[in-house]
Amino acid sequence: MSMLVAQPGLLSLLQDAGRFGAHHIGLTNGGPLDQQAFAWANRLLGNDANACAIEVSFGGLQLQAQVDTYIAITGADMPLQIDGVAQPLWTSHRVTAGSKISLGFAQQGTRAYVAVAGGWQTPHSFGSRSTVVREKIGGLSNGAKLTDNDLLACNATPSLQRYTLEQDHQPQYGSHADLHVVLGYQQALFNPSTQRRFFTSTYTMTDRADRMGMRLEGANVACGTQQMLSEGICHGAIQIPADGQPIVLLNDRQTIGGYPKIGSVMGQDTARLAQLRPGDTVTFTPVDIHDAHNLNALAAYRFHNTPLHAIDE
Amino acid sequence: MPTSRMRIEVASENSFIIYFNDHIAAHTSAQISACAACLRQSMGPLLVDMVPSYASLLVIYQAHLTDHYEVKGLIAQALTQVQDEATSTGKLIYLPVYYSQESGPDLPLLAQAANLTVADTIALHHSMAYQVYAIGFAPGFAYLGEVDQRLAAPRIATPRLKVPKGAVAIADRQTAVYPSQSPGGWNLIGLCPTPMFNPDQDPPMPVSVGDQIKFEPITRAEFLQQGGDEQLLLEPIA
Repeated sequence: MSMLVAQPGLLSLLQDAGRFGAHHIGLTNGGPLDQQAFAWANRLLGNDANACAIEVSFGGLQLQAQVDTYIAITGADMPLQIDGVAQPLWTSHRVTAGSKISLGFAQQGTRAYVAVAGGWQTPHSFGSRSTVVREKIGGLSNGAKLTDNDLLACNATPSLQRYTLEQDHQPQYGSHADLHVVLGYQQALFNPSTQRRFFTSTYTMTDRADRMGMRLEGANVACGTQQMLSEGICHGAIQIPADGQPIVLLNDRQTIGGYPKIGSVMGQDTARLAQLRPGDTVTFTPVDIHDAHNLNALAAYRFHNTPLHAIDE
Repeated sequence: MPTSRMRIEVASENSFIIYFNDHIAAHTSAQISACAACLRQSMGPLLVDMVPSYASLLVIYQAHLTDHYEVKGLIAQALTQVQDEATSTGKLIYLPVYYSQESGPDLPLLAQAANLTVADTIALHHSMAYQVYAIGFAPGFAYLGEVDQRLAAPRIATPRLKVPKGAVAIADRQTAVYPSQSPGGWNLIGLCPTPMFNPDQDPPMPVSVGDQIKFEPITRAEFLQQGGDEQLLLEPIA
C-alpha cells in the first residue's frame, strides 16, 4: 500500500525526527528544518513523534493515493487541493485510493510537512528515515530527493477521528524572526562591543540558504581569531568566518568545523528561520542556558496542552 | 580535579563542549576517547550524541530528560577519571596503500618541496603510525595526524572537482583516505583499496576516533587484487 509521487515539486524529502547517535562516523542529523510544524502534522494524525513525513520546500508536490488513509499538512501556506477541491492545512483529511493530492507554491513560509496516518513506511538507514542528500544517506535510497513515480509505502487506515488546529494556535510566518541565542563556544573571543553590535543589528537572509545552513548579511562581527582546531558543531551554531557575516548551521551541517562560533540559536527559533526567504530579516536576542530550558519546557507544555478541534463528519 | 587546561563550555540549549587542551597531542586524544567512553556509561539515555575532535568533545544531551546542572556534573566527574589517561586504548589498524605517480599525482611536487626523492617521500609517509583525531566533513572521513613536518603541504590552490574514492591525501600535517568520490583540495599521494565507509556493513567504518593507523605500501598488482578500481589507474587523476 502506498502513494505515488506524480510531481515531486522543487525539493521534497522524507524526514523523520532525525538521525541521532551517528556523529562518530561523520553522519549529520537531517530531520525537519521546522520541527514545530513537523510535530503538529504528526499530532493531528495521532502519530508517533518520530513518524516520517515529507518536507516540501517551496511547493509543487503532487501525490496520488493508492490506499484509503488520512493525511495532514502543516507549515508554509501552500494551497492544498484534494481531487481539485481546495482544503485547509493544519487539518487531517481523508483520502481514498485514486485521490489526487496537490500542493501549490507558498506565499508565506517555505517548508510544509505532509504526514500520513502511521507515518511513511520507508527504509531506515542508521536508525532513521531522514534524507541527507549531501551524504547520500536515507530517503528511498542513497539520500535521493523524491522524484516522479516514486512509490511511498504507507498503511491503510479505514477510520480515524479528524482534527484541526484552530487558526489562533497556528504559527504565523512573517518576513522577520527574532532568534534566541544561547551564548557559548568561543563567545569570549568576541569583545563586548562586537557582541553588542551582533545583538542590536538586523541581518538579512541571503540566497545562500539551504538545509546545511543559512548565510546572513549585515554588520561585521568578526572576532579576529581564525586559527582554530576543528571541533564538533551542534544544531543552530552561529559560525562567524573571517568576513564577519554569520552562518546559522542547521540539520544537514558538517559535524565538525574550524570557524569561531558565538553561540547557538535555539531549536524553536531555527524552525522560524527555516520558514524565511532571501531578503527577509532576523535579529538575535541573547538568552542564558537556564532561561533557554524554561522556554523549551513552556513550549513543550503549550504543544501538548493546546487542544485540537475535533471535526464531526 | 581536572587540570586548568580543561574547560567545560555551553555550546547550545542541549550541548556542552569540553576543551581538553589548546593543541594537538596524542595524550589529549586518549583522554577524549576515555572521557567519551565514561560518559556513554554514566549518561545512558540522557546522551543523544557526541563529536570527538582534536582537542575537544561535544556532548549533546536529552534536554527534556535532564538539565544542564546534572550533565555538567557528570562531565566534571568523567574528567577526574580520565586525568591520568596517557596512552591510547584504541586499536592499531593497517591500511594498504598503492603509492605511485599514477595513483598519487601530487607526489612529485610534495617530494620536491620536502627536498626528498619520491621513494623517500613515500617511505616517510608510511614509516609512522597516525592517530585518528576526528571523523567528519563527509561520512567516514577520518582526520589522521600528524605527518612529518617535511611532508606538511598546504591545500592545492584550485581544489579538484573529483577526488577518487580511496585517495590517500595530505593537507598541512594531516593525512586522510577519501571515503567516497568528492571535491577536495588535499594533495594526493596514493590509493587505498580498503573501503573507509560502507553503510551496508557493521561497523560501517574500519576505524574509530582514538585508533592508530599504519599505512602499508602495496604494489599495483596487490592494489587490484585487493579490490582496487582499475579504472582509476587507466584514467589517471588530473
